[in-house]
Amino acid sequence: MEEEVELRAAPGFVEPSVRVELPGLRLDWRSVEGGRRKSPREISRRLKDLSNRYRGASVVALRAQPIPHAYRAFFHQIGLDPDVTRIPIEQAAVGRLMQGQFRSTNLVDDALLIGLIETGVPIWALDADLVDAGGLGIRASVAGDRLGSTEFGHHLAPGRLVVADSQRVHALLFGDVAPGHGVGPRTARIVLFAVGVEGVPAIHLEEALWICAEVLGTG
Amino acid sequence: MEALEHEVHTPRAPEQNQPQVAIDVDECAARRSLRAQIARLEYELADAFVTAFQMGGVELPVAAPGEPRLLDLGELECVRDELAERLRSARRSISERAELQAENRLRLERLLLEPGRYRFVRISRRDVGEPGCGVWQVRPRLGLIGMMMGWWQVKLSSGCPLPGGRDRLVATRSASSLA
Repeated sequence: MEEEVELRAAPGFVEPSVRVELPGLRLDWRSVEGGRRKSPREISRRLKDLSNRYRGASVVALRAQPIPHAYRAFFHQIGLDPDVTRIPIEQAAVGRLMQGQFRSTNLVDDALLIGLIETGVPIWALDADLVDAGGLGIRASVAGDRLGSTEFGHHLAPGRLVVADSQRVHALLFGDVAPGHGVGPRTARIVLFAVGVEGVPAIHLEEALWICAEVLGTG
Repeated sequence: MEALEHEVHTPRAPEQNQPQVAIDVDECAARRSLRAQIARLEYELADAFVTAFQMGGVELPVAAPGEPRLLDLGELECVRDELAERLRSARRSISERAELQAENRLRLERLLLEPGRYRFVRISRRDVGEPGCGVWQVRPRLGLIGMMMGWWQVKLSSGCPLPGGRDRLVATRSASSLA
């Protein structure tokens, strides 16, 4: 009998000043067992099946759909141009067109990609050992904040929107995870987090995290 | 007397703070309104992008990637104005191309009716807003004889070119015949 994946995502904090300005912005997170390893054949096959959903015409029309539209509008509202810094689902779709298919890389990245393609909601993964037990959230950076906890992390200008816990900044919002904070070969437990914006129902975030956890559970 | 002074002086503090609070509330409401305008413009721009794609697409901005931050009123106004300008430009481009396609469709009809008047004229499917790579071309029937006799016809070429071009097809055929 297959083990059922527990459906429980915790809502992360959003700094009150950010919440007032950007209502609807939310972050959900959950932790799961797992680490970086090769994907089983069924996951590669699932990615191949998902590749068939994306043709040139459907990728062009993607931006007119409700969820990509919500992220594109939000990108404009936070000073990112979605035609320059692509929203995650468009980035994945363009990658599929360029490479001819969604290519399997490793179980964690494949799980994040499948969750993204199925729901349109972007998900990121962090090494759970580096995340404070109090959980993750979104806040504006302050003077002295540094991206990540290693010496490779650069200092952030004040006022940048970041994903952080009470101890450190893990990523810029919709940006790459800080160096050394992602899932590595020694990671035993992963923290997954999804970011939603106004116009994206909360259930989509939960579903994205659930799909991701389910895929990680198959490895 | 003390009571009277107290009554006169106490309301002054809130009065002094009132304009600042009003400005904050107004700015917050203005920013909210601008964000709603940006979302609406983005939706209309997405529609225009999809429409224009079949006609050759719209120009995309070339800019350095930014970092996510809370925008102030002025920055939000800039984003709104830029989106409005992009939308205006996309709609202008769509309407110009639609007019051109309508002219080409009319020309194609005339060409089909009287091929002799439009010798060697070519109109592609893309010129009339149709997908695919076909081209209508007025050509003489039976080559030189048709040219001399005035026998003209419209031919529609078939399909898109092969990925490797004609040479590759010829090479493949000759290789298979040798085998």
